[in-house]
This record gives sequence, C-alpha cells and structure tokens, in this order.
Amino acid sequence: MPASVLTLFVAVPLVVSAVLVLVPFGRLWSVVTLGLTLLASIGGGIWMVASTYDGSSLGHAVGLWPAGISIPFVGDQFSALMITLTGILTITCVAFAVASSHAHLRFFAPLVLVLTAGVNGALLTADLFNLFVFIEVMLLPSYGLLVLSSPGRAPLKRVSGSRLYVTANLLISTIFLAGVGVTYGVAGTVNLGELAGAARESTAVAIAVAVCLFALSMKAAVVPVHGWLARTYPSASPAVTALFSGLHTKVAIYAIYRIYAVVFEGMSEYLWIGVVMFSLTMAVGVLGAVGEGSTRSILAFHMVSQIGYILLGVALFGPLGLAAGIFYLLHHMIVKASLFLSTGAIEVRYGTGPLGTVHGIARAEPLVAVAFFVAAMSLAGIPPFSGFVAKLSLLQAAFDGGQVAAAVVALVVSIVTLMSMLKIWSGTFWGRAGRTPEQPGEVTGEFDEVALRDAATILAVQPRRKISFALAAPAVFLAALTVGLGIGAQGLMALSEVAAGNLVDTSSYVQAVMGG
Amino acid sequence: MTLALIVGVLVAGGVYLVLQREMLRIVLGFILLSHAVNVLIFSAGGADRRDQPLGDSPDLATTADPLPQAFVLTAIVIALAITIYMLTLAVVGRKDDDTADRSDAARADHGASEDALDIAEVARAHGLTPEPTPRRED
Repeated sequence: MPASVLTLFVAVPLVVSAVLVLVPFGRLWSVVTLGLTLLASIGGGIWMVASTYDGSSLGHAVGLWPAGISIPFVGDQFSALMITLTGILTITCVAFAVASSHAHLRFFAPLVLVLTAGVNGALLTADLFNLFVFIEVMLLPSYGLLVLSSPGRAPLKRVSGSRLYVTANLLISTIFLAGVGVTYGVAGTVNLGELAGAARESTAVAIAVAVCLFALSMKAAVVPVHGWLARTYPSASPAVTALFSGLHTKVAIYAIYRIYAVVFEGMSEYLWIGVVMFSLTMAVGVLGAVGEGSTRSILAFHMVSQIGYILLGVALFGPLGLAAGIFYLLHHMIVKASLFLSTGAIEVRYGTGPLGTVHGIARAEPLVAVAFFVAAMSLAGIPPFSGFVAKLSLLQAAFDGGQVAAAVVALVVSIVTLMSMLKIWSGTFWGRAGRTPEQPGEVTGEFDEVALRDAATILAVQPRRKISFALAAPAVFLAALTVGLGIGAQGLMALSEVAAGNLVDTSSYVQAVMGG
Repeated sequence: MTLALIVGVLVAGGVYLVLQREMLRIVLGFILLSHAVNVLIFSAGGADRRDQPLGDSPDLATTADPLPQAFVLTAIVIALAITIYMLTLAVVGRKDDDTADRSDAARADHGASEDALDIAEVARAHGLTPEPTPRRED
C-alpha cells in the first residue's frame, strides 16, 4: 500500500461530507453515499492490515514537507486494525439508524462522515497537537449527533445530556491542550517521532506528557473521572449511543497505548499507577452498574468497567499484555455495540423505562434475545465467545507479570458482570410478553429523567408491530462476529501480536514518522 | 513571569465560574480557561527570551517562535465554535439555564408530577416536544 493513501482516510470522508451538505441529495442518496464511503474506508483499512502484517509501518509527510515540519501520518498494524473495526462499527450503526428511521434526518450522513474523518485522523496522526485537532474534529459532529432529532421533536433529555457531554469534553480538551503546550515548552516538539523515548531521558517531559495521558484517561472514562460517561451515554438515541461507545473512548484508549509505548517506551517505573487505577476502574464500574435500574445506564457503567480491562493491557506492558489488551479492545468494541443495538432495537419498538417495564422479549423477539444473550455472555467472558479468549489471555499476562491482585480483581468483576447481565435478562427478556406502565408515584432519583419522559408517552403505548429484521440485523451481525472471533480467535490474536510487537519495539514506527 | 501570572489568574477565575450552576457562567468559565491555555502555549514558545518577529532581517535565534502561535490560532477557532454551541445549549431546553439536577429541585419544592407538567410547558414554549413515541416503520 503506498503511504500517500493514508491521507485519503481523512480527506475522502471530509470532501464527501461537504458535498452532501451543499448539494441537497435525497435521503436515499445521502445514505447510499455514506455507506459507500464507509465501505471504502473499511476496504482501505483491510488493505492496510494486509500490508503491515509483516510488522512494518507506513509513513507519509502530508504535503511532502520535510519530516519534523510536516504533519506525519503513520499507519501500522494497530492503527490499521482500529480503522477497519471502527469502519465496520460505523456502518453497522448507520444500518441501525436507517432501520430506526434516524438516518433520514438531513444532517445525519454528513455528521457521521466528519466523525469518521476525525476518528481515522486521530488513529493515523503521529503528532500530539494534530491528535488534539482530530479529536476535536471527531467531537464536533458528535455534539450535533447527540441532539439530532426531527425538527420540533427534540427530547429535553437529549439537551440536558448534551450539556453535560459538551462541558465534560471541553474540559478534557482544554487539559489535553495544556498538556500539549507544556510538552512543547519542555521538549521543543510535539512530534511523536522526535519525542520517542524522551520521557525516559527527562522527568520534565514525562510529567508534561503525563498531563496529556491524564486528559486521555478522562476521555476514556477511567475511574475516578468516569462520571460523565455513565450519565451522558444513556441520553442519546440508541444508534448514536452505540456509535459513540465504539468510537470515542476507544480512540482515547488507542492514543494512551500509542503515547505510552512511544514516548515512555513502556517504562516499568510508572506501570504500578496503571495497574492500581485500572483495577479500580474495573471494580467501581461494575459496582456502579449493580446500582443502576435501566438497561442503558447498566450498559454504560459496564463500559467503564471494561475500559479497566482494556487498559490493564498497557499497564502489563510487554508482548503478551499488549496483545491481550489489543485483542480485548477489538472484542469489546464489537460486543458493546451489539449490546447497545439489541437493547436499542427493543427501545425503538417498545419504549424505555426502568428494568421490568418491558418484559418477555425472549418470547416476543427471539432473534433480538439471542443476539443480546450471545453478546452478554461474551462480555462476561463465557466460552466459546471472543470475551473468553480476551479475558483468558489478559489473565495469563497478569499472572506472567506477577500482578496477581489485578488478575483476582478481573476474575471477581467478571462474575459481577455476569450477574448484572442476568439482571437485564430476567428484567427485560424473561417472563410474559408485554409492558407494565410504571406508577407515577414510584418516580424517584436517577430514573426520573426516563420516567418523566415516559409519563408523557405512556398513554400512547399500544401493542406495537414487532421488531423488523432490518432493525435486529445489526445487533445479530455483531453478535455473529463475536462468535466467529471466539471460535477463530487464532487469526485475530496473530494480528494483535503483530500490533503489540510494533508497540514493544517502536523503531519501525519512529522511522516511519521521521523518514516519511 | 507576567505570562505565568496571567495564566494563574485566568485559571483561578475559570475554575470558579465552571463550578457555578448556571450554564452561562460555565460557558464564561470555559472562555477564561481556554484563554489561559492559549497563553500557556504562547509562553511555551519561550516568549521570555525571544523578541518580536519584525525588522528587515530578523535573527532566527531571537525572533519569536511561530509554531506556538499557529497552535494558538487553531485552538482559538475550535474553542470559539464550541463556545457558541454551548451558548445555544444554554438557551434551549429550560426556561432558566440552571444545570441543577431536576430531581433535587423536585424533591426540594414540589412533587415530580408537577415538575413534569412544568417541563412540558417549557418544552412547548421552545417548540420542543417530549420524546416522541417510538415510531413505526413506514
């Protein structure tokens, strides 16, 4: 793959988005164009996976400026895998949005395209300031997608959730930008190639880059800075929640992996901080989920818990730990989106509410129930799904690295995860099919956002049409993917090992940045 | 030293405002915070040991570093866009811009059902409706 193709991952979605905004295509053509652009991005991602499988890195200096002045775009196995998977997730969520008639909104397709450009750019850039810019390119359309609704039909909850989301993310961006500024002050550069190993030589650089890592950890929702995620994700529309869950926090995780590997060269002195914080994230996230009472907030807290697992991979720095972490990351993106989409399909047809409002889905909608069950079991780490392989390899890495305490936490958290998946299962899927209108008197505490909205619509609840195949298909597709990755784990594990190899020995990456 | 003091004062004011409850004050707080970060980046270019980039043949060793200025320019544009978006969010949705938890307010002065009516009224005033009932596919 010629390295200059890397820029197209950003340029093409941006240009197509601009065209879609300016030219009033019909709804059908917008969605078709969106789908084709995403397919092209996935195709490019697969091409990049194939051409970096030997552990090499592709580097391109944008505008052919000399290295050090230009904006470097670098792709290796890790970024190639991420680009492919984020593309697959985006197109699946778009399919769901089409089925739930969310995609017919005028600006849906252009916003998703800008989001894709931002994600691809953040995954490819090798410059801290450029990373900040691409994260903003990713965030701005997200703010729009969060409140996107038909004219005159914007639910109030979406506005209040959006206020929190924008505020939290602006704070994160401001801190990250401060980190970039301080890094430039002490190191004189923000180019990852020139910063390679700089933290090992100078504590000042280590502290400066740590500010960036702190901001990225906030973005990834690591405990104790996870509160914003658990409160904002449930407020968006189901398609958008699933999309965000697959993209936003994962880009931050990717950046943490990359920056720690390149700038710190995996220094073992600081790894204990990661082990402590990420074990805490696993435990606090899952305990938060136990206290929640509606499906989407339970899933949002589980996401926090799972982020602890993924980042544990970087805290167990080494070929085994990193490969396990990368595998976990890829597995988690698929499974979490599948869960959000299967519960989202139920939400679109049957409405929301505290657990137990809608029940008996297993009988009424066997297809959605199977998709949810497979993804939930995979999340908990039951064989033969991909979650089992991910957890097993992570535990092996933890025992190998002597982090027995972290391994024990991971095991206990798995059991609690299984427990709260069963809670959703018995609340929503089990029992007689139907819907119980909740009593207005029971409206208390955290649920009232949902309950108040439902109070207005509860009278309109009638026996509905069933979930159509198109609405169920995205969740089923992702659930099938997790089964496939569980049974054929060897293939993805091999790719993850190549990606981990590039992080352990960053010389090929750094050379691509400097020579490109 | 002057730049460091400016950053400190801006951050102090920004943090104070962000911790307030009204959305508008939070927005103002973020304006101060982003200014603080801009000055920080500006000073990262070594503003204390460099001169203005003016004159016929500026000496590269002492002339101002252009890179942080380019950073600041980019950051200003992004911060401005988000600030305007936040101001929009501050004026839609509620009749006041208080970010207090609705459940706090509900517990404090009136029952949840009254609160719901109140919100529905506000929603109509702003041309918004509560969450639409799940739509069928047509």
